[in-house]
Amino acid sequence: MDPLSTLWETFFDWDSMRAALPEMLTVGLPNTLILAISAALLGSLLGMLLAVAGISRTRWLRWPARVYTDVFRGLPAAATILLIGVGLAPLGMQVWGPNPYPLGILALSLIASAYIGEIFRAGIQSVEAAQLEGARALGFSWGEAMRLVIIPQGVRRVLPAWVNQLIALIKDSSLVYFLGLVASQRELFRIGQDHAATTGNESALLLAGLFYLTLTVPLTHAVNWIDRRLRQGRPATAAEDDDALALAGQNALPGDAAARASTGRDER
Amino acid sequence: MSTATGTTTPVSLSVRDVHLAFGANRVLRGASLDVGRGGTACVIGPSGSGKSTLLRTINRLIEPDRGDVLLDGRSVLGDDPDALRQRIGMVFQQFNLFPHMTVLRNITLALRRLKRLGEDEAAQVARAQLERVGLAGKADARPAHLSGGQQQRVAIARALALQPQVMLFDEATSALDPELVKGVLGIMAELSAGGMTMVVVTHEMGFAREVADTVAFMDGGVVLESGEPAAIFERPQHPRLRRFLSEVL
Repeated sequence: MDPLSTLWETFFDWDSMRAALPEMLTVGLPNTLILAISAALLGSLLGMLLAVAGISRTRWLRWPARVYTDVFRGLPAAATILLIGVGLAPLGMQVWGPNPYPLGILALSLIASAYIGEIFRAGIQSVEAAQLEGARALGFSWGEAMRLVIIPQGVRRVLPAWVNQLIALIKDSSLVYFLGLVASQRELFRIGQDHAATTGNESALLLAGLFYLTLTVPLTHAVNWIDRRLRQGRPATAAEDDDALALAGQNALPGDAAARASTGRDER
Repeated sequence: MSTATGTTTPVSLSVRDVHLAFGANRVLRGASLDVGRGGTACVIGPSGSGKSTLLRTINRLIEPDRGDVLLDGRSVLGDDPDALRQRIGMVFQQFNLFPHMTVLRNITLALRRLKRLGEDEAAQVARAQLERVGLAGKADARPAHLSGGQQQRVAIARALALQPQVMLFDEATSALDPELVKGVLGIMAELSAGGMTMVVVTHEMGFAREVADTVAFMDGGVVLESGEPAAIFERPQHPRLRRFLSEVL
């Protein structure tokens, strides 16, 4: 048999794929989605808390957020999943019974939150201080100003990076197979791997790969679309008749020469 | 009680011997300013003289190290700063509108969240203020789609919607093209004529001369000279004021 047809049969054996497909659709896909979506929600929530703690003036909030981020961003995802899944198993046993699934979600969330926290923090810190001043001048407290004015703008600016993180999360969800899930809890990768192990043919794994691409490729395009929308929506390009004003504004910022130059116009 | 301008009863404002230092940099060194009820004070002076900082100590965006700020003779330094800022409107050089919200929502946000107005009532107040600044048709636009002059007028409408007793203007026209300055100054002059107590930090000497009741010249963190516009511009006493005027007029 020539190498090319060996390769073809190893990866494109339609019978193997057909055999794996029903389980992928009914078990693998729902589980991958449940793992990824739950971890995305919990990870984003924790990430927002980390971001706000990370910019807090209180060092007792800032430092733990920093250490947490360093640790969970610095460890390999597989190591974290094993550490949480195995290390917290006795605790999980009391809460959920002998079910590693919630611990898998928790581990994925903790990893995602470290990255998402940094993404959100960067976004929040990119919002001009004048926005906070504007909100405070209206009478909003610091918390209200952050919640209503600063965070919505900051998060908007980093949406593409956030979606990228969700893509990473979908892929990382395959790592929970380390925790020894029962048959009904297996996600796409595990089902592909099990079929590959029983049949000795890798086609089911390739099918799992195709499922991942079906989930992630639209998201990557969504990132590009969001990014384009955000860039085109920027004030500097969207202003109808005010392009020159931005420059005038720059010149009128405090600074001796600029201030004196602007005093020239006192006509009313 | 409402006045012709649709705002609450104007109050008098006194800034007494306000000191402020950022580390070794003493920005305010005993600045004082008095504005009568419904009066307009224009604060002029070179860049770095502490004008904008003085303005921010009035609504306590910056807390002074020493000194006092009084509204109608009563110190406001013990008040809740957030509540105080609802009574003192402020307009900034760079407008500071919220770019992710429509013009209408820029105005209704504080009305709904702070004044607890319903959606319809807040929108009604906002539209009335937009009409007042000549932008009734721009309620649904985003700030980025407005000219600088229009953005500043929205910022004024946003501050006025909260019915402040005092308005602070921090170089409100410095970021505008010359042809857009006039419209914004016109609204400020109208507001002044309507009896709003105002402190206006400005480089617009024509505005100071014609609209202000008091002109205060600041340099080095203190008000070196203040008085009626005619006195300040025609008979300046302090040598530094004379030098400043010779440079800007």
